[in-house]
Amino acid sequence: MKDSPGQLVSVIQPISDIGGNILSVIHERDPEAGGDLLDVQIMCEIPEGSLETLLSGFRTQGVNVLRVGEERFLVRRSVILIGHLIHTDISDTIDTIDSTGYAEVHELSMVMPAINEPSSAKMTIKSDCLKDINRALAILRDVARAKGFLIIEPLEGN
Amino acid sequence: MRIAIIGFGSVGRGVAEVIAAKNTGLIVTAVADSRSGAIDASGLDIAAVLSNKKETGMCGTPDITVSDILSSDAYDVLVEVSPTNAETGEPALGYIREALAGGKHVVTSNKGPVALRFEELHTLAAEHNATLRYEATVCGAIPLMHTIECGIAGNEISRLYGVFNGTCNYILTRMAEEGLTYQQALLEARELGYAEADPTYDVKGIDAAIKLVILANAVWGMKKTLADVDIIGIDGVTSAAIALAEREDQTIRLIGEIDPANGVLRVSPGIIPKSHPLVVRDTLNAVTIETDLAGEITLIGKGAGSSETASAVISDLLFIRDCHGRRD
Repeated sequence: MKDSPGQLVSVIQPISDIGGNILSVIHERDPEAGGDLLDVQIMCEIPEGSLETLLSGFRTQGVNVLRVGEERFLVRRSVILIGHLIHTDISDTIDTIDSTGYAEVHELSMVMPAINEPSSAKMTIKSDCLKDINRALAILRDVARAKGFLIIEPLEGN
Repeated sequence: MRIAIIGFGSVGRGVAEVIAAKNTGLIVTAVADSRSGAIDASGLDIAAVLSNKKETGMCGTPDITVSDILSSDAYDVLVEVSPTNAETGEPALGYIREALAGGKHVVTSNKGPVALRFEELHTLAAEHNATLRYEATVCGAIPLMHTIECGIAGNEISRLYGVFNGTCNYILTRMAEEGLTYQQALLEARELGYAEADPTYDVKGIDAAIKLVILANAVWGMKKTLADVDIIGIDGVTSAAIALAEREDQTIRLIGEIDPANGVLRVSPGIIPKSHPLVVRDTLNAVTIETDLAGEITLIGKGAGSSETASAVISDLLFIRDCHGRRD
């Protein structure tokens, strides 16, 4: 973008127009580059499927997008598992989700009160869209049925 | 309007007491319990009937039976509040059929017949120009059916979900607040009279599932039975699981849910933010109705208890009095 006052606003506007959230802005003036152009790197969260709208918004504002970097998994869903989670091979349960390629187990907190008593675990699964989270949860439900543990899901997770 | 009460346990007695105490234009002309009955077409002396029940365990004399009452012409509305039978609905189902077939209105708190034979009873009532009302079968004192039928008439209901069982809610509340184990909380619920000696019906989610069947059939005409509901109870929920939810300001409640568009008809423990209106304490029930015009409506109230159930029965009786009382 042009290195002149008010130019950053022309980048921020299209992001806020689509309901996005800016996480960081790296704004570096490279003395070697010369001219009046400036490279800006922005990390932001945007609603699923809105990337093309954002890019076209930038173009309208006269901003060239040089590169769209890594898209990260941003949708998370936490469930609680109750049962003999270790005895039924928790690693295998995690692998089943991770091996889908579209979702992965991001966090696991487990409470094991006593040997032979059921464990309780909070498992957070992340993915880049709601549809894939729901696909992963359907797989987890099948695993729970086969291994005999209980899944407690969030109310809004339908 | 003349009322016959079948079943003279705490709900039946509660209904009789309210009718005697309030000026509602209702008179009780017949009562029956499992061992006796009484009929007086000009109106029974409720105080005497209650006192007789207290002293002898019988509300009337053994020579008068439910059949005598049903075949008499001494009543306009049958209040059927005998104990429920979830498997067959009997004997209440037979009583309700006979009254409706005779053109009498019926008000019941009995879940079994309504859950098992909703369509048949609904049709029978329509064929005989009678009314069947059952507000007390779902969530006790909460005017759920009235709200759906009258309060939000004209709305399309897309989804209905909530806490339908007070015993489970009490147990989960105590586990969350005091860190009690499931067994400890259940024991406490029994000691306080919130749970039966055999708590299976409540804690396995069956009671909540029966209420969902009634709602699915009454609200959407889904023709469902208990076998169609996915049911998971709360007996497998650990206090550690609740503590894990509480770390993120959430908790666990037994949620019943009907979402016809997505084929959901289930009862299961669910994680829910503590700030959600459905997170009610102790034995309360709470139901959220999702509608197209009114948005979301959440009703909260006592789901059980004799006076609360009597409240629902009385409101059904007064609805009939106001809407159908002069049809003769």
